[in-house]
Amino acid sequence: MSLATDAPATATVAAYPGVEGRLLRAGGREDLAAYRATGGYAAVEDLERLLDEVDEAGVRGRGGAAFPIARKIRTVRDGRGVPVAVANGEEGEPASVKDRWLLRTRPHLVLDGLRLAALMVAADEVHVYVSDPEAAASVTAAVQELRGAGVWDAEVGVTVVEPTYVAGEETAAVQAIDGGPALPTDKPPRPFEEGVKGRPTLINNVETLANLPLVQRLGATGYRELGTVASTGTFLLTLSGCASTGLYEVPFGVTLTEVLTWLGEDPAQVDGVLMGGYFAGVLGRHVLDASLEYDAIKALHSGLGCGAVAVLSSGTCAVEVSAAVMAYFARENAGQCGSCFNGTAAMSAVLEALRDHRAEADDVERLTNWSVKLRGRGACGTLDGATNVAAAVLREFPEAVSTHLDGTCATCAPVEGRPLARAPFAVAVPAA
Amino acid sequence: MKIKLDRTKCDGFGACAKWAPETFDLDEWGYVSLTHSGNVPPEQEDGVRRALLDCPVHAITELHTVVEDAAGVR
Repeated sequence: MSLATDAPATATVAAYPGVEGRLLRAGGREDLAAYRATGGYAAVEDLERLLDEVDEAGVRGRGGAAFPIARKIRTVRDGRGVPVAVANGEEGEPASVKDRWLLRTRPHLVLDGLRLAALMVAADEVHVYVSDPEAAASVTAAVQELRGAGVWDAEVGVTVVEPTYVAGEETAAVQAIDGGPALPTDKPPRPFEEGVKGRPTLINNVETLANLPLVQRLGATGYRELGTVASTGTFLLTLSGCASTGLYEVPFGVTLTEVLTWLGEDPAQVDGVLMGGYFAGVLGRHVLDASLEYDAIKALHSGLGCGAVAVLSSGTCAVEVSAAVMAYFARENAGQCGSCFNGTAAMSAVLEALRDHRAEADDVERLTNWSVKLRGRGACGTLDGATNVAAAVLREFPEAVSTHLDGTCATCAPVEGRPLARAPFAVAVPAA
Repeated sequence: MKIKLDRTKCDGFGACAKWAPETFDLDEWGYVSLTHSGNVPPEQEDGVRRALLDCPVHAITELHTVVEDAAGVR
């Protein structure tokens, strides 16, 4: 993987052995007839029972926070005012393709999930929020197909915004749907309290929603046949940084060694990963045998996040990767909170100097302090992601930091001053 | 007293931390975050009220408790 190139890597699509009939599907874009042939848009006999099944199935949010969806549904349903339901497909994360792939390829699976979510919270208004033009066209066509089909008569609004890193944050979605800019707002209130039009709003990532029809079809017990006790079912893994770059559906609980071996990659050639897209920072080789589930990765002081994992192959420097991601945050933050636009710029300056063997021990000490003190000081998660990136490289790759301080990093010494990749490990959305 | 801080509005004037440093914590560039969840301890209320009035960009607002009567009217 050369970080000098910014061309998004092409990607393949495949399901892990033993995974079938869930999120991934071959055969191009699935239309209404094809989706209904799989049992989609099934009638709901008992909403409370369905919600209990979702609870027992243990479905957690796939956008990054891993929050239990049943608890979120109950909170919104019991809130003050008539709820609104939103499918969030704005995938600002360059190293992830799953949301755009789902909307482009399986729009009805997402819309069916949105239907079930809207029914469970008793929403009278539903929206799909996207930035990818192809995803917007696919979901708009799917909404047209639903008109008069007699399976769901809700008027689904489709809001399309410019793609940015911060636009996917749920408060940015609320503000954009309400007619404002797609920029995050400070909390409180959170959208589940006061969201679209000031009403309690259920905002779910599109992969999260795509799991609801699976629970309806399989039941909690069937859904739990894959995954672990606390991270149930499967997740969409966007893998990059290796020849097998692609979108894979894997059960929670597999290890990266198992995934790489399945794909014909050699785990011995892996020095570490960039975990959770750009949000969680780098992890050393010890991640290879960790269970890919929320709690196990959290125990490593990292996060599975949106399920994007970039492999750092031998010859890829963790300091350079971290510097490139930090530069991305310094450039792509919302420019709203002073702690964020100053903090990301300061951390980026130190990491770029470190990459180029110009930083000194005092600089690394300042970076260490910022990685702790700036946490939680932004309205959205961008600054927290940036502090994760700084803290992770200092914690996971102390030897690489040392070789950069004494000017002996064999990978980076020949390329001092080379521009950093603008979007490292960016992946192109696989064809439907 | 309960307050809310909108950090997207803060321009780093620092008046808040001058009047209520126990509630308003500045970073090294002068931008503020709350030291607590927004529930102001009684002994800090006077300073926080002055900070609220002095903030040039109105980044601090007081949240008033919602009381619902028997008819559900707020």
